[in-house]
Order: sequence, then structure tokens, then C-alpha cells
Amino acid sequence: MTLNKSDTAPDRDSAPQWRSTNGKLLIQKCEECGDAFYYPRVVCPFCLSSNVQWVECSGNGRIYSYSVTRRGDPYAIAFVTLDEGPKMMTNIVDCPVDKIAIDQQVSVVFRDLEGVPTPMFRPSAAL
Amino acid sequence: MSINGKAYIAGAFEHPTRKATGKTIPQLHAEMAAGALADAGLTSRDIDGFFCASDAPGMGGLNMAEYLGLRPRYVDNTDTGGSSYILAVGHAAQAIAAGKCSVALITLAGMPRTGPGPAGEGAFFNDPIVPEVPYELPFRHTIANLYGMCAMRHMYEFGTTSEQLAWVKVAASHHAQHNPHAMLRDVVTVEDVLNSPMVADPLHRLDCCVISDGGGALIVVSPEVARTLNRPLIKVRGAGEAIKHLNGGRSDLTFSGGVWSGPAAFSEAGVKPSDIKYASIYDSFTITVLMTLEDLGFCEKGQGGRFVADGNLISGIGKLPFNTDGGGLCSNHPANRGGMTKVIEAVRQLRGEAHPKVQVANCDLALAHGTGGYLGSRHGSATLILERV
Repeated sequence: MTLNKSDTAPDRDSAPQWRSTNGKLLIQKCEECGDAFYYPRVVCPFCLSSNVQWVECSGNGRIYSYSVTRRGDPYAIAFVTLDEGPKMMTNIVDCPVDKIAIDQQVSVVFRDLEGVPTPMFRPSAAL
Repeated sequence: MSINGKAYIAGAFEHPTRKATGKTIPQLHAEMAAGALADAGLTSRDIDGFFCASDAPGMGGLNMAEYLGLRPRYVDNTDTGGSSYILAVGHAAQAIAAGKCSVALITLAGMPRTGPGPAGEGAFFNDPIVPEVPYELPFRHTIANLYGMCAMRHMYEFGTTSEQLAWVKVAASHHAQHNPHAMLRDVVTVEDVLNSPMVADPLHRLDCCVISDGGGALIVVSPEVARTLNRPLIKVRGAGEAIKHLNGGRSDLTFSGGVWSGPAAFSEAGVKPSDIKYASIYDSFTITVLMTLEDLGFCEKGQGGRFVADGNLISGIGKLPFNTDGGGLCSNHPANRGGMTKVIEAVRQLRGEAHPKVQVANCDLALAHGTGGYLGSRHGSATLILERV
């Protein structure tokens, strides 16, 4: 579904908001060229139109790549290819870091970081 | 307008320091400038073009120009991270070709190891005015894990192995043993790399470059000035530059901006990869080298692992001698910006002034390539082709 900007939207580039009032992952789509993109911004990076809308995502995708940082408690950074097309930087959570693999199906889970519900992903299937 | 043959590198200086305790960054800029001028046989009064990047203290080049007592009629402070200094040679050649200056000074100095500023991390990582920061900072990206994700995807798509990546470091260490200024002079084996601690999968500690203080400088001059100097003639044959970014989420981590800057430089120079006798390849991490060699056309995409293996990058042994000073992996990565030293070692090779143990025979055509910023998100690529005439 397409949401009106005023329903959800930050009005400046630097205020991240990833979750709709329905609890879904939000990204943006250009109403001129029709392409979804990430990260969110006030113009479409493919045509510079300012006619961009927030859209809810399924919250599902696949791991495009990842890396486990081993300094301190290990954590996994990743790019996830959303079912809607764009890739986004995120973390893979709720899973032993050594079980993570490229092309794994993952689903969004929001984690509170300093009051901001932040999208991370966990494997869709039990490992 | 082509810059092929319109400018020459007449001076090149790499500061021997790797740990500049007690010095300041402006002082180091001055030592770089003096070193390159002495090498060229020129004085500061000859300089009419000044190039540095935005990491120099002050506003662009203004404050360093004042400190050094320069009165340039051409300035350029384009910043593409560590590749800035390779890109600056091309820009200087353009300015010289257009008659806007005739003696250009390019300086780099920094103290990430002992002095002010972060060691290994850029301020862009957490500045909220940078638009992607709110969408990346929460996920704890680091320089190492951004490059790690590139290596991981390359392994997945092409079957590249950690052993193949390690060969890049092994080759650099073979060269560094002959460089008295190199930070890491011990020759290492593939096993040594694989046994070093994992930093960010699949990159081990020895897949990463050093962090060092220091820098260098270059003097780029017009053909008329070059002919008056008692130095070998190192001609700028071609230059290319590009920015690669995440492209609205349509990103592909298996290639760098070298796929654009490389062909531009080769086309301008009128040569092809197989003509290159020596290559300085930006080596922030082993994966940076492997991917760049593919992107510049030294081998097919996906074949970089096979290309770098078994000593193919070692001078005197392999087909493509690279980073014969030991590179960023073993010798020096001053100010976290490795582009300057890439040009300097290419100039040494073309002049026949590299260490005899690593000097490439009949080295008349060389390439220097930089990857500034972050391979796994956004970076500036610069390719330079130089010829000794």
C-alpha cells in the first residue's frame, strides 16, 4: 500500500523512520519513475523527482552479503535484498553468527536503539 | 582535449617517517613539499598550482598555502579519500594543459597513528549532516566490515578463497623486506595470513593495511619546465576518475569504480592492460587489490583470485609486479590515504630508482590506481598511466 507522506514521514533527511503505524518496514518509491529505493530521502535518486512516497514492505528478503566483526562481542553487518528490490544495510540477529550465509531468507525484526525502532533481520526458517 | 603528453611528474617524495611523534601536520606538509621540490630541483617560488585534499588543516588549501608561503594561480582540493592524490595528478595535468599553471605541488600529510584525528575511521561515519549516516551508523559499520562484505560476496559469486586473498599480502611482504622504512618487513606466508586473527569475516588481520603517520608530495610540471630539469622524464599519459556508490539500493559489491576510471585512463593513454610493466594498486585490504585488478582488465571479472595466486604479483617472479615498496599492506598508509605512495612508487619504478631487488627491468609504462572511501559503500576511483620517455 502507498501511504501519504504525512502519515509516517520524517520531513528531513536525517530523521530515520523505518516502521509504519501498522508495524511494517517502510521504504520509499518514486511516483514518477516507479522505482523503489533506499536509503530514504526527499528526492528519487534515479530521476530527482520530489514526488516520492513511503511504501510498506513485506519485511522479507535475502542476505546479499555479510561480515562478522570479531572485535568484542561478535556481530553481523549485512546488506539484505528486500523482496521489493532495494538492498539495505542492517544487522543479522537472533542467530549464531557462524550460521549466517549469503542467500539465506530473512525477515525484519525491529530493535529499539535509543528509542528508535530499528530494522534488523533474522533467518526466516529455524536453523 | 586529452592530457596525454601535456604534463610530467618531475618531483616525488615519500617521507620516511611512519610515527611522527612530536611533529605537527602542517610541519609535515612543509617537509613533504620541501622533499619533492628538492627531488625536482625547483624552489617554492616556482610553484603556481597547489593541490591537497580536505584533510589538510584549514579550509581547503587556503591555510596550507599560507603556511607554505605559496601564491598559487590554480588551486584544487578535490577529495575522494585516499585516491585524491592520484586524481590530483590528472587534475594538475589538465590545469597545466590549459595554461592555468606550470608547476603544481600536491601534498599529503597526516598522523592517524600518534597525532590528532581518528585512527582508521573517517568522521563521515557519524556526522548526522551526511545523509546516509542515520541509515548506516546504527548497524555498526566499520571500514573492515564494509570491505569484508565485498570479499564475502566475491567468494560467493566467483569461488574466491582466503588463500588467494592471502597471496596479495604475501607478495607485498616479499617487496617490503627490501624497504628499510616499511613498517612490516617480515616475509609472511599464506598460512601466516590465515592464522592471523579474524577481524571482519572473511578478512584476517594480515588482510588489512597498516596505520601510519607520514605522507608525501609530488611536483607536476609542463613539458617546457620538465625539459629544463635534470630528472628522468615521467610523462602523464592518461587519467580517469569515477565515483561508485550504493545507487539507491541497486548496489553490486563485486566491482569498484575502477570499471569506469580504468578504461577512461587506458583510452586516453592509448595503451592496454597487457602493456603495463608495473602497477601500484591501492591496497587498503587484500580484497581491494584483487577486485581492482579485475576491474582494470588485468584479468576477467571473477578471475582475480587465480590471477594473484602463486606469487604472480611478486617482482621478478610474477607477471604483474605490484606495490614494490610493500604498499599499504606492509610499508605505509599515511593519513589512512594510500594514493600518494602509489604514485611515488610508480615514479621510482619508471626512473629505475626502486630498490634493486624489486626494480622491474625496462620499466617504461606504469599504472597507479586508487580506491578512496569505502569499497562496500561509496568510493572514489582514480587511475593514472605514466610513461618514461
